[in-house]
Amino acid sequence: MAEVTTGWPDDVYAELEAAGIRQVSYVPDAGHSRLIQRCQANPAMRTVSLTTEEEGVAMGLGAWLGGDRHVLLMQSSGVGNTINMLAAPIEMRVPLLMLVTMRGEWAEFNPWQLPMGQGTRAALESVGTLVYPVDQPEQIAPTVGAAATMAFNTGRAVAVLIGQRAIGAKNWNK
Amino acid sequence: MASANPPSGTAVQMLRRPLIESILARRGDALVITGLGTTCYDVFSAGDNPLNFYNWAGMGGAAMVACGLALAQPARRVLCITGDGEMLMGLGSLATIACERPANLSIVVMDNEHYVETGMQGTHTGRGVDLAGIARAAGFPVATCVTAQDGVPAALEAIYGPGPVFVNLKVNPAQPPMTLPMRDGPYIRSRFRDALLGPAVAHPVMIPAPKQA
Repeated sequence: MAEVTTGWPDDVYAELEAAGIRQVSYVPDAGHSRLIQRCQANPAMRTVSLTTEEEGVAMGLGAWLGGDRHVLLMQSSGVGNTINMLAAPIEMRVPLLMLVTMRGEWAEFNPWQLPMGQGTRAALESVGTLVYPVDQPEQIAPTVGAAATMAFNTGRAVAVLIGQRAIGAKNWNK
Repeated sequence: MASANPPSGTAVQMLRRPLIESILARRGDALVITGLGTTCYDVFSAGDNPLNFYNWAGMGGAAMVACGLALAQPARRVLCITGDGEMLMGLGSLATIACERPANLSIVVMDNEHYVETGMQGTHTGRGVDLAGIARAAGFPVATCVTAQDGVPAALEAIYGPGPVFVNLKVNPAQPPMTLPMRDGPYIRSRFRDALLGPAVAHPVMIPAPKQA
C-alpha cells in the first residue's frame, strides 16, 4: 500500500490557516505527520503535544473561552479516550474541531484496531458530535473547511474522519 | 509550612472556604477555572464573577481547560482551582503543561484526600501519593504542598508569581455549606467571553452601512 501520495495534508493546512486556527493539539498519528509539521512551522499556531486525547478536548474549550480557535488531531483509537470529556463543550455549545485519521476500517492489517475503528463514528455520534467521514483524497480539505465553518459558526463539536482508503494503509514493510 | 513529603492521611486543620477566599481576594482580573464538585461550589461561595468558569463535566480536564485559556490569554493570570480526585484523573496534563510552561498559569489543588461528592471514599493522596511531587518531577518550576496555615502567605505569593505554578493545599475534609452556581453551559460560556473579549467578539453582529446621502 502506498504512503501518503497526494498533497491533501498541505491543503488541510491551508484550510486551518484560513479558518484562523491558533492552537493545534495532537496525539500523533502517521497520517497527521505532514500536517503537524506544517503547523509547527507557523509561528502563529501554537502546537501542543498531548499525553492523551481528552486533554485536547479540554484545551479546546479553554482556548475558545479565551478567544482562540483550536483544532485537535488524533487517530481513531484516541476517539475512545475523548467521550466523557466531550460532554463539556457539547453541553456548553463551545466549538470543537477534530481531525481523526482512521484505523481499523479499510485494508487493516492489525485486528486489534478493529473494535475502536469500527466504533469511532458511533461513539462520537452517541454524545452529539457531528461526524463527516471522507474517503477521497481530493475531498479531505474541502470537508475540513466545511467542518470548521460548522464548528465555529454553530458552536458544535465536529469530527472529520479521514479514511484509510485516502491515507493509504500502514506499510509494515518499510 | 511547605513540605516535600506531605503527611498523608493525618488530620488536617486548614479549612477550604477561608483559603479559597484568601486566594480570590487577590485575583484582580484573573480568570478562574474550577474543578467539578466541591471546588466549583467553593469558588462560587467566595463571590460570583463573570470570569469564573464553573465546571460541571469532564472530570480530569480542569487543568487543560486552564492551559488552553492561558495560552490564548498570555497577559492574564489563569487560576485553576480543583480537587485531588479531579487532578488525579488528569495527571498526564501536568506533563503537558510542564512542557508548554505557560508563565501565567497556576494550578491550586484543594486536597482533602477524599471524594466528598460520592460518599467520602479515600483518594490516593491519603495513601502517600504526593501531587506536588508529581508536578515537580514533571518539570513545574514551582510545585509545593502546604499542610498548615503558616505556609499560606508563601503559597499566595507563589500562586500570583511566575508560572506555571502548582500548589497543593491540604484541607480538612469536612463538607462546607452547599452553594450551587448556575449550570446553564451556554450562559456560563457567553458571560465569560463577554467579560473577557467584549460583545463584539463574543457575539458578532452585522449592521448595514448607512446609505450615502
